[in-house]
Amino acid sequence: MKIFKILSVISIAILAMAFVPSTILNKNKVAKGYVIGDSIKDFTLKNVDNKEVSFSDYASKKGVIVIFTCNSCPFAKAYESRIMDLDKKYAAKGVPVIAINPNNPTIKPEDSFENMQKRAKAKGYTFPYLFDAKQTVYPVFGATKTPHVFLIQNTKKGGVVKYIGAIDDNAFDATQVKVKYLENAVDAMLQGKEIETKTTKAIGCSIKA
Amino acid sequence: MQKIIFYFILTVLLIGIVSCDSSSKENDKTEETSHQVIQTNTKTKPKENVVYTVGEKKVPQMDFSELERKVLSQSNNKTYVVNFWATWCAPCVKELPHFEALNAKYKDKNVEVILVSLDFPDKVDTQLVPFIRKKDLQSKVIFLNDSNMNEWIPKVSKNWSGAIPATLIYNKENRTFYEQSFTFEELESALTKTLIL
Repeated sequence: MKIFKILSVISIAILAMAFVPSTILNKNKVAKGYVIGDSIKDFTLKNVDNKEVSFSDYASKKGVIVIFTCNSCPFAKAYESRIMDLDKKYAAKGVPVIAINPNNPTIKPEDSFENMQKRAKAKGYTFPYLFDAKQTVYPVFGATKTPHVFLIQNTKKGGVVKYIGAIDDNAFDATQVKVKYLENAVDAMLQGKEIETKTTKAIGCSIKA
Repeated sequence: MQKIIFYFILTVLLIGIVSCDSSSKENDKTEETSHQVIQTNTKTKPKENVVYTVGEKKVPQMDFSELERKVLSQSNNKTYVVNFWATWCAPCVKELPHFEALNAKYKDKNVEVILVSLDFPDKVDTQLVPFIRKKDLQSKVIFLNDSNMNEWIPKVSKNWSGAIPATLIYNKENRTFYEQSFTFEELESALTKTLIL
């Protein structure tokens, strides 16, 4: 009988030990996200026009500029007109923009679906503005902030991540930009050249989970 | 001829008086605003020593190389808690009281809390300075004005994605970077870990 007690205590201890590292592992997995060269999983999210948009709808395009952005973040606002210009410039070249709002609107009411609809309409977005309502897409990408850009190239294997990071090197002032990281990456991709700068860092608003 | 010279001199004098008058008016204006914010330099020269004054508090503006030199690479006996924040960042504003509390509790124990603001350069007067005044921040505040983020973010930490709040806790022995929000307990334990390690 005593042996049973000891055994059960030991087994509980083993179980507990087994659980701790696995939860830590899972956490890291979610936080990691895509790196350059990864193939992306398809996703389907609701657009501001209430229609569902999937990445696979864009399979015939050369690529897609996926931008995690939102209504509320000052950096997202600072980049808004530049994002609109990117779609105008590159949709015609086969690389359109898909914007995704990853924020939880109970924390940031300004980022609610209704407010997304209002903003897209008022500003005349020419690209889908999708709502990651269940917050399941941004962790797969590994997006941590808004704005956070992922350039995806469509290949025979599907979408492949080619560039991750910032749009350019000056959030504060579009007229003072010296290096357009994203445009350089898209241009290189379209010309079949190696992208020189594949990842960049920029300050942004942490995604509200 | 003499008349013409006389009128010429008169005109020059008049112009002189008028321009003096207008420039002294401008001086008056800058003095008026300087009760609230003394800006020792204009916005067109961000690299030079701009210091904002909020009450008795001095808030220096720095570019990254100055911040790195003066704040991020000290090798004295102090432990530095450097928090990157902005008035527009809600989770940053939420955790600021914990940094203030940490500063109050540990400032006499060789710990310095430094709040590095990443506010937009054109919002310093309208948002950052009033915020510091309203919250009566006691910790040291620095305004980092450096738009070339891809250059300097990895110098703070290779692991930093650029999301804020973010905090660096370091002394000459240990250096740990956190891209997260803190409760006071978490912050204190992160500090004591750096102190003991």
